[in-house]
Amino acid sequence: MSLWEYANPVKFLALSARVQPFAWGAAALGIAVGLVWGFFATPDDFRQGSTIKIIYIHVPSAWIAINAWIMMLVASLIWLVRRHHVSALAAKAAAPIGLVMTVIGLLTGAIWGQPMWGTWWAWDPRLTSFLILFLFYLGYIALWEAVEDPDTAADLTSVLCLVGSVFALMSRYAVLFWSQGLHQGASLSLDKEENISDVFWVPLVISIAGFTLLFLALVLYRTGTEIALRRSRALSVRLDRNT
Amino acid sequence: MIALLLRDLKLALRAGGGFGLGLAFFLILTVLVPFSVGPQSALLSSIAPGILWLGALLACLLSLDRLLALDFEDGTLDVLATAPLPLEAALAVKGLAHWITTGLPLVLAAPFLGVLLNLPPEGFGWLVISLLLGTPALSMIGTFGAALTVGIKRGGLLMSLLVLPLYVPTLIFGAEAARRGAIGMDAETPLFLLAGISLGSIALLPFAAAAALRMTIR
Amino acid sequence: MSLRLADIAVARGGVPVLSGVSFNLPVGKALILRGPNGSGKTTLLRTIAGLQPPLSGEIEGAVDAVAYAGHADGLKSMLSVAENLQFWAAVYGQHDIAPALEAYGLAPLAGRLTGTLSAGQKRRAGLARLMVTGRPIWILDEPTVSLDTDAVTMFANAVQRHLATGGMALLATHIDLGIEAQVLDVAPLRAVASELHGASDEAFL
Repeated sequence: MSLWEYANPVKFLALSARVQPFAWGAAALGIAVGLVWGFFATPDDFRQGSTIKIIYIHVPSAWIAINAWIMMLVASLIWLVRRHHVSALAAKAAAPIGLVMTVIGLLTGAIWGQPMWGTWWAWDPRLTSFLILFLFYLGYIALWEAVEDPDTAADLTSVLCLVGSVFALMSRYAVLFWSQGLHQGASLSLDKEENISDVFWVPLVISIAGFTLLFLALVLYRTGTEIALRRSRALSVRLDRNT
Repeated sequence: MIALLLRDLKLALRAGGGFGLGLAFFLILTVLVPFSVGPQSALLSSIAPGILWLGALLACLLSLDRLLALDFEDGTLDVLATAPLPLEAALAVKGLAHWITTGLPLVLAAPFLGVLLNLPPEGFGWLVISLLLGTPALSMIGTFGAALTVGIKRGGLLMSLLVLPLYVPTLIFGAEAARRGAIGMDAETPLFLLAGISLGSIALLPFAAAAALRMTIR
Repeated sequence: MSLRLADIAVARGGVPVLSGVSFNLPVGKALILRGPNGSGKTTLLRTIAGLQPPLSGEIEGAVDAVAYAGHADGLKSMLSVAENLQFWAAVYGQHDIAPALEAYGLAPLAGRLTGTLSAGQKRRAGLARLMVTGRPIWILDEPTVSLDTDAVTMFANAVQRHLATGGMALLATHIDLGIEAQVLDVAPLRAVASELHGASDEAFL
């Protein structure tokens, strides 16, 4: 019994069907609890007032935006090394979710930034990095769409994801070098000193967990769709050959 | 390898396009900038390094879709892939040929266009050095982008979408070095980082480009 | 040193097209592939040339020994015939292009830009390219397209001489070249649904 067993589409679908209800349920629960708690049961920040409440959407979506790309990177590596189709399709399935989360992160950031910094947009390192990440998602998805042969598309997008990751990291440091920021430091870190206060922290972590489970459920669902598409393609090709 | 380089240079010369087109584009872009932002010399001289860098970057991009597409159509890439020359080396050489035909002329033309944009006198040296160090990275990243999209019909636009985000760090460090040089600040740090990106790209991207090309040919 | 294929299966666009291809091509011999359109001749030749990996099976003796000529000639229209051949000779570490020009009657055309040649003349230049590679195994995909009868004779003679000097040739063609060769009909080797192994779509069935 190894993890690689689930590289088989049929086994993957069976597992996915069993996991998905729990993932959807837990995601709904986590997001609901996190948001309701965050919105109604936390005090206003003494400096930021009630605008802080947008943090319960802003931070989780930004978290997913980055981690979706990392997940795609891992899935791409697995495809390149072990040629498991499910892995390539999971990377393909995750990209639009990452893209949407990046947009949500940018939009909520703008809405938050307007009252706080007095501007919708500033060329701050974090904001700029996210904008660049958005461009990388766009390119990745466009390449998937453009290549006709599915295996070649998986190959090429994987290479792009690998090289893109290196350049995205370089861009991150280049942008830090290029501009000093307005954005506050990280909201969460292992170093407890720097964390925001516990009152905000607990619902935020619950919300992040909810978003992560939502991401998992969406990836499972979308990967299933991609597998079904490939399966119908394979079946129609076989039909053509046998008639 | 030298044969391939000479052949690419010869082709660029004969087919026109190569040398002329990128340079002409660079010139036109630079001429258009004062029309769009106004003729105030103080404003122009402060944005000159950035505009020249952006112009050079776009001029580089312009000629990339011819880099491999023609060789793909006429079957040259198939034959190159079965030749004793490793594909990685062939692509590195093609990137070099692209730099000689596009990047180098841009570097040489940049000071003259700098005059048009009132670039401060102390900025010329830094501009040329930053372009000289940065354009090889632009050519190599472009070769990788071309290898990714060579099998796609009308892949030119897609290639721009893929290549431009990859150009971000090069542009930031290059334009920053030129800008700092122009206003008399220390420009060495961004220059070193720029050189690092160029050397890294030259060392590693031929492998990524060759991998992508093998996947396309297959 | 011979070219040997053992139980090769190949796929095109994720779909297996041929399976169980085995043959042995000894020095000085030629093999002609026959089969209807879409039967996988080109895919098989590209696989042997190393442009794509086989689904399964073993190929021996092909690495760094093949010269491949596909549907496109690999010639630059803005270079002269001689420049094109010299370039490919240099890539393969050879120098002398005179015999190649001679064999295909290209000497009078050597200085012409390839873009100004007719389709048949261009094809001759493309075939002459094989002679400057110095490689023992020629892989030719429909080499006689757009050639007239004289040119076909030139080509047949060139292949004969290549075989006589220890070369090998693998051709996909429907024209009788008058070359003594084994014939392999690929039609019966069509990959059947039950033995689809390792092709990309198979995992989804």
